[in-house]
Amino acid sequence: MHVIIIGCGRVGADLAATFEAEGNEVAVIEKDRLALTRLPEDFKGRTILGTGIDDEVLRRAGIETADAVVAVTNYDNTNVVAAQIAKEKYKVKNVLARIFDPKMQEIYGEFGLETVCPTKVTVKLIHDSISAKAAGKGA
Amino acid sequence: MYAIIVGGGKIGYYLTRTLLDNGHEVLLIEKNEDRAHRLDEALGDVVVHGNGTDIRVLERSGITRADVMVAVTGFDEDNLVVCQVAKRKFGTRRVIARVNNPLNEDTFRMLGIDATVSSTRIIYNLLEEEVGSNTLVCLATLSRGRLEIIEVGLANDSPAAGKAVKELRLPIDCVLMSVLRGDEIIVPRGDTVLEGGDAIVALVRQGGQGALRAALGAS
Repeated sequence: MHVIIIGCGRVGADLAATFEAEGNEVAVIEKDRLALTRLPEDFKGRTILGTGIDDEVLRRAGIETADAVVAVTNYDNTNVVAAQIAKEKYKVKNVLARIFDPKMQEIYGEFGLETVCPTKVTVKLIHDSISAKAAGKGA
Repeated sequence: MYAIIVGGGKIGYYLTRTLLDNGHEVLLIEKNEDRAHRLDEALGDVVVHGNGTDIRVLERSGITRADVMVAVTGFDEDNLVVCQVAKRKFGTRRVIARVNNPLNEDTFRMLGIDATVSSTRIIYNLLEEEVGSNTLVCLATLSRGRLEIIEVGLANDSPAAGKAVKELRLPIDCVLMSVLRGDEIIVPRGDTVLEGGDAIVALVRQGGQGALRAALGAS
């Protein structure tokens, strides 16, 4: 499948490498040239300098034929808007936005957007891990 | 009317001020602490320091009773999110978003925000109008498009204003048919002097528009 990753931070770069290693066609959109160096040296996919809410940038990344779009910049609002553009305007079926703010994630979840909230996930993992150990010790 | 404004740049500041002067209740939300502090001193107790795209900040600002939400930050994604949240989550009746990049207007509309203001677009439209008094309009095409009847509005500062027709460097395949000046219709001859505000109707062979444009100083 053709996957577009918006935002080349640690998560974006790793996702891009992972999807490519599985034989997918990957395009990465990132506004900071330096951030693109996070990609593996042998990354073969397209890299597009620009913002993921810009139509021209999205088209250069091949949004019209994309099977999936993942918005993982470090800015919630950019992710929310980019994901909505992919979903509403370009009718991409498989779209996901990362939203750090749990409140915001709730709202956009209600609006029908597929989201992941790292804050909630991390809190749950840490809480469960600490609780499990405490229970093990019989505390 | 109670209006919440997000973004305390020049637009946010003057908008707040204007609304206050007209007796409205206003709250201005600004992200930068220094700036929020200075705005508060200048405007009196109507500024909140905080991120206007943060739900908690909006809730504390009394968004549920706001009549209008105006998002005028320098970031289109922020303005769009503020307006979407206000409209869809809190049911704010009227939301207005500033669009910094005019290419994003379409996106805003598509994502449910109809009332947008783009200063780039406004200034561009004004320029168009200004230029419009000096442009070239095709009235009719003849001989399957090989000939065109064209109307050119002459601006006051056009280099052709004040010149006699014979002084113009008209393209070869071009005839000036008439000059419309107010209610007057003039059939121009070589010694007819053109004036700013004249509308000139010309017959020109296809491909000669550029030269005619140049001769009349139209853009």
